[in-house]
Amino acid sequence: MSGLGVRTEQLTVRFGDVPAVDSLDLRLAPGKIHGLLGRNGSGKSTLAATLAGFRAPTGGRVLIEGDEIGSREPYEDAVVTSRVCLIRESGDLVDSAPVRHVLGLASSLRPYWNAELAGELLDKFEVPVRQRVQKLSRGKKSALGVVLGIASRAPLTIFDESYLGMDVPSRNLFYDALLADYAEFPRTIVLSTHLVSEVSSLLEEVVILDRGRLVTQAPVDSLRGRGASIVGPATLVDELTADLIVLAEQRLGGTKSTTVLGDLDDTLLAKARAAGLEVGPVGLQELFVHLTGAKEGAR
Amino acid sequence: MFDDRSPIYLQIAEQIKNDIVTGALGADEQVMSTNQYAAFYRINPATAAKGFAQLVDEGVLYKKRGIGMFVSPKARELLRTGRQASFFAEVVDPMIREAEAIGVPLKDVVEHIHSRESGGGAR
Repeated sequence: MSGLGVRTEQLTVRFGDVPAVDSLDLRLAPGKIHGLLGRNGSGKSTLAATLAGFRAPTGGRVLIEGDEIGSREPYEDAVVTSRVCLIRESGDLVDSAPVRHVLGLASSLRPYWNAELAGELLDKFEVPVRQRVQKLSRGKKSALGVVLGIASRAPLTIFDESYLGMDVPSRNLFYDALLADYAEFPRTIVLSTHLVSEVSSLLEEVVILDRGRLVTQAPVDSLRGRGASIVGPATLVDELTADLIVLAEQRLGGTKSTTVLGDLDDTLLAKARAAGLEVGPVGLQELFVHLTGAKEGAR
Repeated sequence: MFDDRSPIYLQIAEQIKNDIVTGALGADEQVMSTNQYAAFYRINPATAAKGFAQLVDEGVLYKKRGIGMFVSPKARELLRTGRQASFFAEVVDPMIREAEAIGVPLKDVVEHIHSRESGGGAR
């Protein structure tokens, strides 16, 4: 088991007339931790549900690929769905059942289930095993969800905002547990979130969605430091940024701050410094905000 | 610990270099494994591995197969020479600019440095 890859071809999922995912061509390499980033309503959850076979595509297709299973569409295919684990914030749990029954169900459905690991993690998160699911607090319910996600050791595991109900110490516990188990049993992990700064260090690749379309897909480290902000007298800033991809502009009197995308080459940097302009890096969270901003003309 | 404004693998490499320059990591001392490092700093193991690989390429660390990674005997010397080359441009020149901007005579700066030297404690 080394993880399943994902390929989508012109994938479209519509709700009535509204496309939630729109002609998406995407590849997720096996064995990596991918971040699926986007604002609310960008199509992250619909994409996640389609990858896990919870939902059929309206157009195009999804393929889940691996040595063991070949290349298959997940919808209504038990070979795939037993190997793909999607944990959503709602938990998709049987509310009236006690926690230990939920564990029993997982162990019968998940070929790589590890009961010992599940027990350890439930202890750490202090989830009472005899309690009925509906009696758990929101935080404990989320914790139960992520425990199921980790202990399933599914070759493709997707956490769709599953940890939103958890407080900061619990989320940190989740990140630590996930990294530790991933280091030991590498597999494909997808973390869908809008909490970019909190999870970015866990990721190897990011996919950024906006309104159902792909904005960018890249190794996360290549996005760090990929933007730059240039600040100084407006005319000089405009002259220097004329040929660059401008993400955002801000003016205060005669001073202008322009955020651009892409590495600045050395001659340009030297020119900026010689002109007395300030050049600063742009953080990942900020870059994400600019790339998915609702403003018109912001690209 | 790590910021989002430059690649984390470069920040990891810088941090380890710093530990070597200050002597916190000695010659032939073993460094953490990439998985230990990833767990400790809560980062992706592939990112940690990339930082370590860069240090091996630069001759700062060396690998012992099946055991782990160690600080090269010459690493400290190598890094100190590199930093000495940029010392005046990156540390002294900005200090001179600041002194001039706020009106501290350079003569006073020089005297201060001399007093430190004769006061002992300097290497």
